[in-house]
Amino acid sequence: MANNTKGRRDFMGMALGGFTALGGIGALYAMKRTWDPLPSVKAAGFTTIDLSAAQPNVLNVEKWRGKPIFVLKKAKDMKTDPRDVVMGDDHFLVAIGLCTHLGCIPAYLGDEHKFKCACHGGEFDASGHQIFGPPPSPLEIPPFKIDGTKLVLGEEGPEYQKMKADGLTV
Amino acid sequence: MAHFDENAKPFSQKWLDERLAVSTLKRVLQTEYWIPKNINFLWAMGMVLAATFGILLVSGIFLLMYYKPDTNLAFDSVNYTIMSEVGYGWLWRHIHGVGASVVFLIIYIHMFVGIYYGSYKRGRELIWLSGMLLFVTFSAEAFSGYMLPWGQMSYWAGMVITNLFSGGSLEAYGLVEWIRGDYVPGDAFLTRFFMLHVLLLPLAIIGLIVLHFGTLRLPHVNNQDGEEIDFEEAAELYKAGKVKESKVIPFSPVFLSKDVFVMGVYFIFFFYLVFYHFEFAMDPVNFDPADGLKTPAHIYPEWYFLWSYEILRPFSKDLGLIAFGIAQVIFFALPFLDRSPNVAPASRRGLFKYWFWAMLIDMIILTFMGKLPPTDALFANIGLIAALTFFALWIALPIITKKEKKL
Ligand code: FES
Repeated sequence: MANNTKGRRDFMGMALGGFTALGGIGALYAMKRTWDPLPSVKAAGFTTIDLSAAQPNVLNVEKWRGKPIFVLKKAKDMKTDPRDVVMGDDHFLVAIGLCTHLGCIPAYLGDEHKFKCACHGGEFDASGHQIFGPPPSPLEIPPFKIDGTKLVLGEEGPEYQKMKADGLTV
Repeated sequence: MAHFDENAKPFSQKWLDERLAVSTLKRVLQTEYWIPKNINFLWAMGMVLAATFGILLVSGIFLLMYYKPDTNLAFDSVNYTIMSEVGYGWLWRHIHGVGASVVFLIIYIHMFVGIYYGSYKRGRELIWLSGMLLFVTFSAEAFSGYMLPWGQMSYWAGMVITNLFSGGSLEAYGLVEWIRGDYVPGDAFLTRFFMLHVLLLPLAIIGLIVLHFGTLRLPHVNNQDGEEIDFEEAAELYKAGKVKESKVIPFSPVFLSKDVFVMGVYFIFFFYLVFYHFEFAMDPVNFDPADGLKTPAHIYPEWYFLWSYEILRPFSKDLGLIAFGIAQVIFFALPFLDRSPNVAPASRRGLFKYWFWAMLIDMIILTFMGKLPPTDALFANIGLIAALTFFALWIALPIITKKEKKL
């Protein structure tokens, strides 16, 4: 008799515990999803930039997903790089303008052809490679698709996919 | 509840006692909560903190009535509506801003007093741990509050701090975007930090304060000499009228009067700051509205985070992150890293005396270096050395305290 009630209590305890755990997992998942970015935020993730009017060695800053995008048309005497976006004869640096260290926006020093991040002194060359300081990797290249003289950010075109396959985007 | 006195008048002492046990409560929390006699004004910092938290709560409630958690409206709701339209709105803001800054000064004093007198040691470990939990929660509270005016420093501090969660080379940007609810700090970010700042974290803080007080009630508060007092015996003496001979006094009203005096002095200082020097708690950069396309020339946190920010800086990204992470939690381990059984002021202990002052000075140096721009090589090197010293001290702690002779 005594054993019997004990067994029944254990069973009730386990059943209750199981349901609580299940409910808890469900609640946690709901909480996680509530904290996720909204669909409208995700949908606003495309931007088109026209590159035909770009001036050599002048940095243009566009905005994509709230982040600054550096667009720099390379002058003829500047080094080209496999990370360049090529359109006809023109080479462009297209990169997310946030320092890969902690996300400050580096400034472009035109005469020295380099970017300098004021936050912790990191530096990048005109192709986005880190050349000094704490940044651990080059400036990131956003997903892009070339469309005539236009660039669609947020969509992966064949050029971007190739870069990505070669591991050049970050 | 065995006996109810039928004749007790409603709300009389007796009537309340039978329903609320007010006398028992008073005894446990006030008149027979024994406090050692030999403690100095530094022990009043706990009550000073509680009072400051109360002030932050009240001023926060008044700010809450006009603040708008929306990226388009937040900046003006603070800098225009509250500051110049709302009657005395400026007062609440200055109180809140100064309070948020000063509360950390007092927390640091409270912490270092505890370290100096060994109040984290055997029997009191949980006081220390709950106190450190409070410190961390206060830090989160301060950070989330700093976001709300949505100025340039708010935005960029939000950017930099949330980027820390990418875990260096782990590149966990999905996690960062999840925390922000957007690709960059935006509306979702602002409203969730608003929620954290006004509801969830204050709630946690209140709970932790209760826990912190609870952990203190039984082991009793430490004293200036680290003396082990037999509280029951001493309490008997006191109750028998031998007040002079007894080593303890009741918390209320005797010790509380000292607390209140210290608080009085503190509030003179506090309101002096509120009325004449509030600008020290207001970064000028934060009076520019947030702009996601322009970084301020030099990003630094408020003064109370500078030391740990400086530990992050001189190393490479991953190493810096690890160092930073350790610096955030290492103080939790203090009761377990200090191997000496001595509960005594640092001045009477062995090498620990030097350890204490070295740690304090090192953290002050880190604080100064954290404020300076990182571009200067000399300062960067001092920062690096100070950061290395910080870790060296923690590694040395168990060794030097193990060697310490028993007093
Ligand atoms: S954020 Fe650029 S160097 Fe740290």
